Amino acid sequence: MINKSTVKTPVHEQEPNIRNGNFKEVVLGYTSHEAMEEAGRCLQCRHRPCVSGCPVGVPIPEFVHEVAEGHFEAAYKIITRENSLPAICGRVCPQESQCEGKCVRGLKGEPVAIGRLERFVADWHMKNTEEAIVQTANEEMPKIAVVGSGPAGLTCASELVKKGYRVTIFEALHKTGGVLSYGIPEFRLPKRLVADEIENVKKLGVRINTNVLIGRSITVDELIEEEYQAVFIGSGAGLPKFLNIPGENLNGVYSANEFLTRVNLMKAYEKSAKTPVKIGKNVAVVGGGNVAMDAARTAKRLGAENVYIVYRRSEEELPARVEEVHHAKEEGIIFRLLNNPVGITGENGFVRGMSCIRMELGEPDASGRRRPVVIPGSEFELDVQTVIMAIGQNPNPLIRQTTQGLKTQSWGGIIVEESTMATSKENVYAGGDVVTGAATVILAMGAGKKAAAAIHEKLTNQ
Amino acid sequence: MYEIIRKEKLNESVELMEIRAPYVARRCEAGQFIILIVEEDGERIPLTIADYDRERQTVTIIYQVVGYSTKRLSEKKPGDAVQDFVGPLGHPAPLKKVKRVLGIGGGVGIAPIYPQLKKLKSMDVEVDVILGGRDKDYIILDQEMQVVCDHVYYATNDGSKGIKGFVTDKLNQLIEAGEAYDMVIAIGPLIMMQAVCEITRKYNIETNVSLNPIMIDGTGMCGGCRVTVGGETKFACVDGPDFNGHLVDFKEAMNRQKMFVEEEDHICRMALAAQNITHEGEGK
Repeated sequence: MINKSTVKTPVHEQEPNIRNGNFKEVVLGYTSHEAMEEAGRCLQCRHRPCVSGCPVGVPIPEFVHEVAEGHFEAAYKIITRENSLPAICGRVCPQESQCEGKCVRGLKGEPVAIGRLERFVADWHMKNTEEAIVQTANEEMPKIAVVGSGPAGLTCASELVKKGYRVTIFEALHKTGGVLSYGIPEFRLPKRLVADEIENVKKLGVRINTNVLIGRSITVDELIEEEYQAVFIGSGAGLPKFLNIPGENLNGVYSANEFLTRVNLMKAYEKSAKTPVKIGKNVAVVGGGNVAMDAARTAKRLGAENVYIVYRRSEEELPARVEEVHHAKEEGIIFRLLNNPVGITGENGFVRGMSCIRMELGEPDASGRRRPVVIPGSEFELDVQTVIMAIGQNPNPLIRQTTQGLKTQSWGGIIVEESTMATSKENVYAGGDVVTGAATVILAMGAGKKAAAAIHEKLTNQ
Repeated sequence: MYEIIRKEKLNESVELMEIRAPYVARRCEAGQFIILIVEEDGERIPLTIADYDRERQTVTIIYQVVGYSTKRLSEKKPGDAVQDFVGPLGHPAPLKKVKRVLGIGGGVGIAPIYPQLKKLKSMDVEVDVILGGRDKDYIILDQEMQVVCDHVYYATNDGSKGIKGFVTDKLNQLIEAGEAYDMVIAIGPLIMMQAVCEITRKYNIETNVSLNPIMIDGTGMCGGCRVTVGGETKFACVDGPDFNGHLVDFKEAMNRQKMFVEEEDHICRMALAAQNITHEGEGK
């Protein structure tokens, strides 16, 4: 029986005015009953448009069918054939522009809540199944080095180890997970889940060496000369951009990376934390992507009274997921749209305010979005003590500076052959943000998976 | 985990540790730094490399016990280990073969200048050094410096070793006495490096300084260590830590050091109180 409801089965969330004072997860997830009810909305279409919207090709109708039948473990097995990090993807994928964006039910009403169902299945499995993961790494097989333990690297590593390769991941930080650990906040992606998913990858036999900075501790060239048959670079886009406006080096101006790293990775939100974070009464977050929403919602939780999102375009152009914008508004984040910062003013070396100018939308630019144009004479000052720059990141230059023959774009992204993720350097592959610039977890995973398949094919045919 | 092979107390607040860290020791160079975490959930502490031994796979660090984290580090003994140790970070110091170099080290800044002078000596450069400190006990690595330098001069606040005064007083004396240097390398408190640069600028002597600002990752990720050099924003961790001192905006750098003063003092007091460790009023 098809559930004919035109809207998604609602999901429980913490109340906005309670959750903006804590770091616990915002969305609480479906119960078994709710999940089965929602799964019943799937039409099981033959042409499966949702699958074509998924960067890693999860067989969505199949797993949703099992959920509808109450066979949750079977659903988990189906998802994990193609996706090794379902608890994470169910929470952070931009489903509205991927699987759910293609769902036939979305033509008349809301699409099937595929993301919530994926999350339910992964959470159910973690809670109810004692994992008996068997190591698959084989001592006879070639060794592969993976640079970075974020979503691209983890996916590439787990795909390769499942085929028997001996895989070592090199991570520059002291903790694994990359952006999943330092970037995305606890209230959106609990770190316990990230740790669990990484533990599963380790159980398959993947070795992870933390505190190794490729390019400094050892280079890609040395990895290949010394012991590895192939290298996958998934080092992400970690170099924060600034606006280059006056006052940007005043105390109280953070990159979103610094702010979020202090809070997420170094746990500055806990009373016993040894790494501090300082937050003003009023906070401006510059930018309109997911990182900006994360920073704003984090600032609110740390006790800021007024938190502004300052973005130079309009609501329609906000690059953040719809859900993040919605949650931010519910939590009391104030959106100052069509406002562009022009300078930061200070007092005794600390931020006192941010000067902005109003904008209006003009003709579409190269990105297809309408270009923001300055409204002359519309300058005003925003009373803030903290400014967080969330205007994007570029790849770290270290690997391209220290790897012979690795071709990169002018902005630093590694150039790859799209079908295989092969770089200009023999046996070196790359994927994720280091290739695309800052993008999504799932695209990085898709790239890691593609590279793993190409590495396997290359080494098999050698 | 990274094993502590050797530990020495250099004076009442400065200590040395030799730590086994194969990845760092295999390719580190003078001027680069490491970040260590003493124990789970600890702070990331950046420290410039004071020496290394490729065969023993060890790196030597010298630190001043000034706050909670360095206090915890100081409680460790040889045979114990630190949780994390990553590096080498930053660029090697831009050392070139010139005729004669003067090193100026202030306090715990004497430690990072040592490998630079040692390296210069091995490049057949004539090397002199001025070591400065509060009193004679704060002059560290004196014997090591005697080995690599042609002349070792001292300046102490109380005159207990060398001249009574600052390293800049000694620098002025040397220049006025007609000593000629092609280059000066100054490492120490920001205020000292700034004062040195003011003098060397007058005499047009190229001067490098090593910056150690507040940072988290040390790999270019946080941007907390940004510093203005020649009007441009640089990240000390990946663009430095050594810069042309005549181009550094010291005023801004000193201001940025104050960012977390209150918070750090608070953390230090809370954490020490929680562990019943006496807080000896050390400020940071």
